[in-house]
Amino acid sequence: MQPIKPETRQAVTDSAVSVRNVSKVYGDVQALKDLTLEFPRGELTSLLGPSGCGKTTLLKIIAGLLPATSGEIEVNGQKVTGPGPDRSFVFQDFALLPWASVLRNVAFGLELRGVAKSEREAIAEKYIREVGLAGFEKKFPHQLSGGMRQRVGLARALSVNAQVLLLDEPFSAVDEQTRRKFQEDLLQLVKNEKKTFIFVTHSIEEAVYVSDQIAILLPRPSRVSEIIRPSSFRDKSVDNIRRDPEYLDIVDRIWASLRSYVE
Amino acid sequence: MTLLGYRLPALSSLIIWALLWEVVGRLGLTFFIPPFSEVVATLVGLIPTRAFLNALWVTAYAFLAGVFFAIVIGIPIGILMGKNRIIDELLLPWVNIFLSAPLTALVPVLMVLFGFGTKTVIITTTLFAIWIIILNARAGVRQINRSLVEMARSFGASPLDAFVKIYFWAALPEILGGVRIGVIRAVKGVIIGQLLISIVGFGALFELYSSQFLMAEFWAVLIVLFGLAFALSEFLAYLERKVSYYAASR
Ligand SMILES: Nc1ncnc2c1ncn2[C@@H]1O[C@H](COP(=O)(O)OP(=O)(O)OP(=O)(O)O)[C@@H](O)[C@H]1O
Ligand SMILES: [Mg+2]
Repeated sequence: MQPIKPETRQAVTDSAVSVRNVSKVYGDVQALKDLTLEFPRGELTSLLGPSGCGKTTLLKIIAGLLPATSGEIEVNGQKVTGPGPDRSFVFQDFALLPWASVLRNVAFGLELRGVAKSEREAIAEKYIREVGLAGFEKKFPHQLSGGMRQRVGLARALSVNAQVLLLDEPFSAVDEQTRRKFQEDLLQLVKNEKKTFIFVTHSIEEAVYVSDQIAILLPRPSRVSEIIRPSSFRDKSVDNIRRDPEYLDIVDRIWASLRSYVE
Repeated sequence: MTLLGYRLPALSSLIIWALLWEVVGRLGLTFFIPPFSEVVATLVGLIPTRAFLNALWVTAYAFLAGVFFAIVIGIPIGILMGKNRIIDELLLPWVNIFLSAPLTALVPVLMVLFGFGTKTVIITTTLFAIWIIILNARAGVRQINRSLVEMARSFGASPLDAFVKIYFWAALPEILGGVRIGVIRAVKGVIIGQLLISIVGFGALFELYSSQFLMAEFWAVLIVLFGLAFALSEFLAYLERKVSYYAASR
């Protein structure tokens, strides 16, 4: 893998997604309270925090799948009122149509947007190749491993060419080796696709490994306690990141601030 | 079943029952049971007759129309009930009441309302079949994986898209199960309707044969009906197996 040119990352000044003073109340549970966060364009931002702190809730509000109780979300300067073609979602449980082939699953986002069959299948085939599933187009989800299913979900999200990708713990259901491969692929993808990624994870190492920016959320009512931007190791080759002193420092620092919430 | 080490085909036990029937018939214990061979001979002779073909056609027409309405009305209602709580609470008590109600008692009322003809038979057939179809479609929708619905919404699916492309297919294994049971009930519905009206289709034939003690004809027609109902049920079970590949992994 080639090093990412520093200019391309530092040139980013504007936000693809802005979350302003968002609160979310479920009945008598306050899941989010007055949360404000900027997501720089073309970067990967991780949302990291203990279980139940509202990460999925925040992601679904950004996706337009859930209304916020108060506050507002802007995507490219446009206020979010519902799902839109500028965002696509990768689901933790893959959310594949079990009755449809890989090809139709990947093309399904385009199908719902009314793209003609031949066109959408050509696009889907391209992304199936891109995520390394060439040759599996005719297979059905139940014939695939967990890792392959998540690749299908990822290809589907990519094929609609949305500016913002929302990923809810996409790697939590795959084994450790596959997960590491996915993390490397994700870095490559962020570099190649020039899209804004919002990535929910439980894993501190994973967040530090893949992120340009890490937002640490604290438990209910959840707010952003800290924003960390790794600076040096992002330019290194993927094999060296995990040995980088800054990487190790940040992992320790995050663990120090989260450990009090575990128990 | 195996006999002396040989595997016998699945329906071979029927041969034993046919033999038993033949023996009982030959003993002449009751006029009610003629020998099986006589029934078969009557059956073969009966099938090409005008009366039989006419009855078959009238019955098939009423049956297919009744099942058609039960399916095209029942499935959307069931899906709507599964999706929408208000509709569900409004309709569920009625569906449950009608599912277990002795619908035969309603047929005389239907005759008064809709006349002594095919229309009443069709409505009876629909009434027999529809409730279980509704309940199964509802159950199918209720077990649907929420994230499939969210996925469709996140890609901008309209409510109609979601209905046709997600809910229907996700509920299809249950829907087909409901249709299979509904169709079996529809066979009852169409015959009961015809018997009570007793001037149409097989109802008229049964009336004729039993009033004139033509037992061989009576049994022959009955065998045809049983055979058709069984074949239909097996065909639907086959369709159900075709979607079972994803029923387990939804
Ligand atoms: N539909 C709902 N109704 C009521 N409460 C909810 C609902 N969805 C989430 N919650 C509550 O809101 C809080 C945040 O939930 P959320 O799923 O966003 O957390 P999370 O950070 O994604 O957790 P995890 O890391 O376990 O996935 C939790 O306490 C949860 O119980
Ligand atoms: Mg979550």
